Amino acid sequence: MSQIGSFALLLALALCAYSFLAGILGLVIKGPGAGRLSETARRAGIASFAIVFLAAVVLVVAAFQNDFSIAYIFHHSNRDLPAPYKFATLWSGQEGSLLFWALLLSAYGLVLRLRYKTDVRLFAYASVIIAAVQVFFLLLLNFAANPFGVMQGALPADGNGLNPLLQYPEMVIHPPMLYLGYVGFTVPFAFALAALIMRYPGEKWIQITRRWTMVTWGFLTCGVFLGAHWAYSVLGWGGYWGWDPVENASLMPWLTGTAFLHSVMMQEKRGMLKTWNMWLIFSTFMLSIFGTFLTRSGVVSSVHAFAQSSIGDWFVAFLAIIFVTCLFFYIKNRSHLRTEHKLESLISRESSFLFNNLLLLVACFTVLWGTLFPVLSEWVQGTKVTVGPPFFNRVNIPVALLLLLLTAVGPLLAWRRTSLESLRRNFMWPAIGALTTGVLLVALGIRPWKDASYFYSLMTIMLSALVALTVISEFVRGGRVIGRHTGQNLFASMVQLAHRNTRRYGGYIVHFGVIVIMIGFAGSVFNQDKEQEMGFGDKMTIGAYTLVCQSYTQDDNPNYGSEWAVMNVFKGGKQIATLNPERRFYKASQQTSTMVANRSTPQEDLYVVYEGQNLDTGRPIIKVHLNPLVMWIWIGVWIIIAGTVVALIPNAVTIRVSAPARMRTEPVGAGD
Amino acid sequence: MRSSYTDKPAILSAAYSPRSGEYAESTDSGEDYATGNPKGIPVRMSDALHEGNSLRHSWLHLRRRGPSTAAAFASRTTPPLRMTVFLLRRSVQLILLTLAVFTLLGAGDESARVNDLGHRMMCVCGCNQILLECNHVGCAYSERMRGELIAAVDRGDNDDLTLQGFVQKYGTTVMAAPTKTGFNRVAWIMPYLVLVIGIGTVVLIIGVWKDRGGNGEGSGGVGGNGSGGPGSGPKFEHFRNQARKDTET
Repeated sequence: MSQIGSFALLLALALCAYSFLAGILGLVIKGPGAGRLSETARRAGIASFAIVFLAAVVLVVAAFQNDFSIAYIFHHSNRDLPAPYKFATLWSGQEGSLLFWALLLSAYGLVLRLRYKTDVRLFAYASVIIAAVQVFFLLLLNFAANPFGVMQGALPADGNGLNPLLQYPEMVIHPPMLYLGYVGFTVPFAFALAALIMRYPGEKWIQITRRWTMVTWGFLTCGVFLGAHWAYSVLGWGGYWGWDPVENASLMPWLTGTAFLHSVMMQEKRGMLKTWNMWLIFSTFMLSIFGTFLTRSGVVSSVHAFAQSSIGDWFVAFLAIIFVTCLFFYIKNRSHLRTEHKLESLISRESSFLFNNLLLLVACFTVLWGTLFPVLSEWVQGTKVTVGPPFFNRVNIPVALLLLLLTAVGPLLAWRRTSLESLRRNFMWPAIGALTTGVLLVALGIRPWKDASYFYSLMTIMLSALVALTVISEFVRGGRVIGRHTGQNLFASMVQLAHRNTRRYGGYIVHFGVIVIMIGFAGSVFNQDKEQEMGFGDKMTIGAYTLVCQSYTQDDNPNYGSEWAVMNVFKGGKQIATLNPERRFYKASQQTSTMVANRSTPQEDLYVVYEGQNLDTGRPIIKVHLNPLVMWIWIGVWIIIAGTVVALIPNAVTIRVSAPARMRTEPVGAGD
Repeated sequence: MRSSYTDKPAILSAAYSPRSGEYAESTDSGEDYATGNPKGIPVRMSDALHEGNSLRHSWLHLRRRGPSTAAAFASRTTPPLRMTVFLLRRSVQLILLTLAVFTLLGAGDESARVNDLGHRMMCVCGCNQILLECNHVGCAYSERMRGELIAAVDRGDNDDLTLQGFVQKYGTTVMAAPTKTGFNRVAWIMPYLVLVIGIGTVVLIIGVWKDRGGNGEGSGGVGGNGSGGPGSGPKFEHFRNQARKDTET
């Protein structure tokens, strides 16, 4: 098995190297042979997918066959590992996850190379750039982190098993989603660099890559929040985001990618910010690579990080090559990126995008700075410092609030310039609604003067209300106009409105999802927790809930032994649920893990952790968290996915308008 | 857990009489006649309010100017605009007051201090978790550290002394965020510096662009004379407008 895998990786490297070199030659040389050479390069790129896919299949089959002669399988699997996790072995360790990176990259490359007829020359350039990235990862896989390395000495009877923290359903989908996001940014990067190298006229490359970027951004969003959900469900500390370096690594390209999705509209609509957009997508790609480097180099300590290894140097070199290449072609062809229009007014959509980008980049810088500061501190002062949640929260929450404000105001601004009267007319009622929300919340008991976190929470909810009301007012206003002309009811009119400009209204739905998530975050201020030793019949009260320990039960299977509590939950004197927080002991890895029992409602999560037994008394310890509004976060993610899907649907070109009504038609929803 | 005054702070704004410059009989729950302070507000906070002259004056200033300015506005503005200005002014007052009061308040009882300090430190067992969130049963550090923290607060050590004691015992990595001394200050300054520089740059860019004129007379040029980049010029502008119309109906 290992020979097949190793050979496949070598063959894939050769194919990609050929695709890269022949692709360059095909683009550089003149003459009749150039086209044929480019075609062979394209086909070699397509073939590389098949070969990398074969290598990945070999590794998965080895996991299912318990082939412990392969070191990677020995370290990350065992005989009794359930089938889904054996499949997930592919991305559970350093070498396998790099192979997974290469597989996804070759899959993206396959789609790109198959769609080359859209613009043969631009796609040829993009294909060469993707081949270059493929070569890097295949070099790593062949010479620095080979997943098919064989065990030395006697063949072990069983493997070490998968890390218990990774034996959770989310881990089967979280990494693929995250990697689809990370890797996917290679495509818009490749097109951007290609457009710069060949001085591609106009903004067509942006239109070509728009869907790629949105799909990639959608995957990354899913990946980030699946990771948060995994942390919430498995780690048992009652939170979902700990500003861990590896979490930060996934957030940084998401922030710059979000900025790119916004600012790229200025280039499409007004021919502005060309240089900015170019560097934004370059930075997003470099941050994706940097995130991969952070996870694998051992530069920063993290519970998520893979084992420390020497491949960090490879990534540093690769990042340097990318930067120098981008800088070289930017300096060479920067005249191509001159802006076509200038900003006409401070109160315009353009300036709102500028500030939006600024805030997103400041947030990204803060995350990067905070992640790397321990390293910098050690270098400068000789002592390492910790940069944890207090730092990130203090700096990033005000930035997030400003972003929320812009999210509310931005869509109300027109391109080029907006009159104050128009802004006031559109903004007055949402502003009154937001203020009313604030007053109601204070009346309901949120005291912003009590603590900074309460103040931030109140502001978050008020600004979220502001965004929600502006989004709703945009839908209703447009829907009413369409309804007047078509005779449809308001809902049907709003659907039609969204279908006429899916990108704009899909974007609004995404904004709505974001504020639902923000409200979920705001709820964390009111978290409560309680820890208690609980024997049979013992009670614990938290919030409106009373938990009664009914019993403790044990079980055993080949993979792990488990012990769980049976907790009856009462509210208002009535039993409403039975929860079973669990603690497992994985035999192969000799490690313990918690399985949280969570009763989730839109109002709050009752989150129960069986922490184990007190070593002195032998009594079980139960920790209960009451976390308000957490479900809103996961609902918000679904809304974002829905908005992204809407934005990907092509616009309806025609609209059914009755003849008399057509005379009165006025523009609705024009412009993004 | 939390301060005792937190249940009734909503009366704060109503309790202050701008006319006399003193706390007067309040409209809601009134004042605590024993102390002369508004009900629900502890002596310490009330004193702070009275001592905070700048706060009092700014509040007085806003209240006194409010009606006359509004009346002046009423005589020369349209009703919706007047209402907007009125609402905006009230919003600003509300926000200022909230910020001022919020700034003056300190931490409350001991358990709140333990909670606050415990969230400013990390467990040093290597789990990378905040001290009070470390959930490892049998963790060799977190239980002991929590005990030490509670003891320090019980002793009456102030926050700085308590944190300093932990740093001396467990090293600088025990702090969950960089301190605001020495080189560590740079950690806090840089993000804000970048934000300020960024805002300044954006404002400068907008100003420069506006000064240069409205429609492409800048570096790129739209004249179609070859000075702009590819994709510029009237012809492309025409196609761009056409594309915009086609895609946006």
